Amino acid sequence: MKNGKLVALVLAGLLTAMSGSGSHAAMAYVSNERGDSVSVINTDAMKVVKTIQVGQRPRGIAASPDGAFIYVCLGDDNSIAVIDTKTMSVIGALPSGKDPEHLAVTPDGSTIYTSNENDSAASYIDVKSKKVLGTVSLGEEPEGVAVSADGKLVAVTSEGSSLIHIIDNSSHKLLASVLVGARPRYAAFRASGGELWATSEAGGTVSVIDLKTDKVLQTIGFAVPGITAGLIQPVGINFTPDGTKAYVSLSRANRVAVIDVKSRQVKKYILVGQRVWHGDFTPDGKYFLCANGVSNDVTVIDVASGRALKSISVGAAPWGVAIPPK
Amino acid sequence: MNRRNQKGWNRLALAFASGNRLAGLVSISLLVSGLATATPLAVKIGVIRMAHSKETLSLLDVPADNEFLAGAMLGVADDNSNGRFTGQTYTLDDIELKPGGNVAAAYASLAGKGDRLIVADLPAAQLLTLSDLAKKDGALIFNAGASDDRLRQQDCRANIIHAAPSRSMLTDALTQYLMWKRWTRWLLVRGSHKADQALAQAYRNSARKFGAKIVGELLYKDTGGSRRSDSGSVQVQQQIPVLTQNTPTYDVMIAADESEVFGGYLPYRTWDPRPVAGSAGLMPTVWDGEYEQWGAVQLQNRFQAMFKRTMDARDYLAWMSARMIGEAVTRTGQTTPEGLRAYLISPKFDFAAFKSESVSVRSWDQQVRQPILLSDGRSLVSVSPQRGYLNPNSDLDTLGVDQPESKCKL
Repeated sequence: MKNGKLVALVLAGLLTAMSGSGSHAAMAYVSNERGDSVSVINTDAMKVVKTIQVGQRPRGIAASPDGAFIYVCLGDDNSIAVIDTKTMSVIGALPSGKDPEHLAVTPDGSTIYTSNENDSAASYIDVKSKKVLGTVSLGEEPEGVAVSADGKLVAVTSEGSSLIHIIDNSSHKLLASVLVGARPRYAAFRASGGELWATSEAGGTVSVIDLKTDKVLQTIGFAVPGITAGLIQPVGINFTPDGTKAYVSLSRANRVAVIDVKSRQVKKYILVGQRVWHGDFTPDGKYFLCANGVSNDVTVIDVASGRALKSISVGAAPWGVAIPPK
Repeated sequence: MNRRNQKGWNRLALAFASGNRLAGLVSISLLVSGLATATPLAVKIGVIRMAHSKETLSLLDVPADNEFLAGAMLGVADDNSNGRFTGQTYTLDDIELKPGGNVAAAYASLAGKGDRLIVADLPAAQLLTLSDLAKKDGALIFNAGASDDRLRQQDCRANIIHAAPSRSMLTDALTQYLMWKRWTRWLLVRGSHKADQALAQAYRNSARKFGAKIVGELLYKDTGGSRRSDSGSVQVQQQIPVLTQNTPTYDVMIAADESEVFGGYLPYRTWDPRPVAGSAGLMPTVWDGEYEQWGAVQLQNRFQAMFKRTMDARDYLAWMSARMIGEAVTRTGQTTPEGLRAYLISPKFDFAAFKSESVSVRSWDQQVRQPILLSDGRSLVSVSPQRGYLNPNSDLDTLGVDQPESKCKL
């Protein structure tokens, strides 16, 4: 029964592709701010395989370090949705304090930090007990949240105050507040340690912060031919898994800038969809997927060639992308 | 690792309180790095505002008693919230004048308290009086009220920074949008007051600048008694069609009614079925209660939480002025009016004001360049500058008087 076996195999393959479980493809989870949903993209097929209704105003999205869960900030529900990546369905919620916008998970998976935009604070949440353990008082409109690779430091950007707050993850104390360009949206620690890179949306720059002195070492600017400086608005920033390049989403300039980390030089501008906000790399570092808030799609960038390969339609106003390890 | 903690500021305050100035200074240099300021600074801001008429065409537009002041208060609260981390404290003194009130006495009172940064909501003539008085103290004025173009042109002053957009910025912003819509034939209806004439002139200039055609003009004379208190909805229904009939063919009616005598009565009552823009219908403004883009909802939420009402354009301009002061102090570590002015008018100043682009100051006339919202009072219709209107310096300079045309000599 050779044929029968083949059919069975094909069927099994289809089923796993549809459910996602057991598939070898990395899955990208995209929060749709106005769609109240998360689109799941199979990054082998580069297709949306599922749309999950999660709750009101999903924005910040991140995976647990083991890849088992996806956490999504629900700004208008004042909570964080938990998605099981096996079943691709919402299995519960975590408290978050009011209006969570962004979140980051500590490397041990125990704690989530989230920014509470209207309360000028960040909350830290114990994942196991599902409790908000405390808050740290910050500047106006905290937004981007990042945790260092060693889990020691947490960075929160304060948009209204143009400050990058650096918090000690063990004591939850504020260690430093570093003044950067206007309206910092997001920050990323270099995996090798030592530096934090932060985007300034209105200032149009990326600030490289030295974590020993908490001083800005360098400010990186952008210039896209044919686009006035005011429209170059850096928002998302991600380092490639090998740490050699930084991808910066330039929002209204509809470009992702590629910066060489060592020389801190902008090497390339890649044309993507409209109002590009946040993105993530596939675990193998081959692709970068970024959410385009106005054109309602995700652009897939081939990292090796630095080219946009494809646009994938997702829900309304896609905001962030999280790709868990397989 | 030479790390600091938040309690450092408390230590700092104590060091100063005990008069141990040197010790305080030493610990500060350890406490703050990456910041422009090295000493905790006390910044004093004064507000002078002249009450606006409560006789508005719509009950919804009656100004609150704390209008303008509320915006300044929120701006100072935001400044203080930032100052916790950057080492400044901000305080506010407020003087409200009745229409025609004594600006000299108000200024003397603020100057007596040591206020040398003044946020003003005054008519043009009183603003110039204030400017003359402030000159001797080297005080810096933020004009957050008067939109008169002459204040940015022949009557410009070095000690006034204009947070408020000029009339020509507002009319240019609307005109760019109407050109995009190809509503190029205008019927201009103007009021009989001086401010209405100035606004009508700004619309004529904008039409010329961008290529619209004013096919006809109508004058609506303020004979008194047309306001809300007369509850004249029946009369208005009769009057407006009559006023607007037998006109040349037009695409859009432009209302130049800064004095609020008739503008709000035009929509839906015109003889021909045409949209209304300007002082009613589609209106150019810096802020409105429905505006939520570019993070604006956060400012709306903060304002609502603090004052239990909606933030309006006057509140916003006062907020922006107070925040500009805070921003300049944070970046320069200075509090002197001359130091702050130098920074604010330099290309370094760049402030995120919850708009599509950050705002800055035109060095040639000290006007804040800023995007202008176009709103019908319920939803945001567009934000100008419109796409395709270009300027070698900044597309924001397509709104209002650009450097080559400026008559301002500072």
